[in-house]
Amino acid sequence: MRLARVIGKVWATVKDEKLSGLRLAVIEPVDEQDAPLGPRLVAVDTVGSRDGDLVYWVSGAEATFPVEGRQIPSDVSIVGLVDRLDAKGTSRT
Amino acid sequence: MILGKVTATVVSTVKHETYKNRTILVVRPVSPEGVPGEGAIVAVDTVGAGEGDTVLVASEGRAAMEILGYDRRIPIRSVIIGIVDRVVHGSGDEA
Repeated sequence: MRLARVIGKVWATVKDEKLSGLRLAVIEPVDEQDAPLGPRLVAVDTVGSRDGDLVYWVSGAEATFPVEGRQIPSDVSIVGLVDRLDAKGTSRT
Repeated sequence: MILGKVTATVVSTVKHETYKNRTILVVRPVSPEGVPGEGAIVAVDTVGAGEGDTVLVASEGRAAMEILGYDRRIPIRSVIIGIVDRVVHGSGDEA
């Protein structure tokens, strides 16, 4: 899994029916210092993130499993919201 | 697997249910000599690792599923599966 900042949303009316009801977010992968890492991605958001949130996401086959009861056609899925990162007495949100 | 150093603990309330009651850590990849590399991996800890530890991270979903004790596929890919004491190079020199 990796960290990312949520930086936007994607609206797509025409899409695979297995994506219906799922929210799509634009994310910018970052490291724990908030430095951007590589290209921006579109992720299925399964946790109700908002712009600016720090999240963690899973890629590959595991991205198809976060929705209970069905497999989704996604290769990048947000699976958690970060409240904060704790490191050596410092705290980052 | 990759070698990495634990740099932070993720505190997270809203998350997929398979992540609940688990320690989630941020790991920075390091070379076998211990030189920090690029990137940051978020991994579920299974061995009691903590900040500053050099660890072994496996990023493969079926391995994660089995280590975490599930009989179904789960949206977890990266797990910390070992704490590294030392890395010995071919000649026997220790990093």
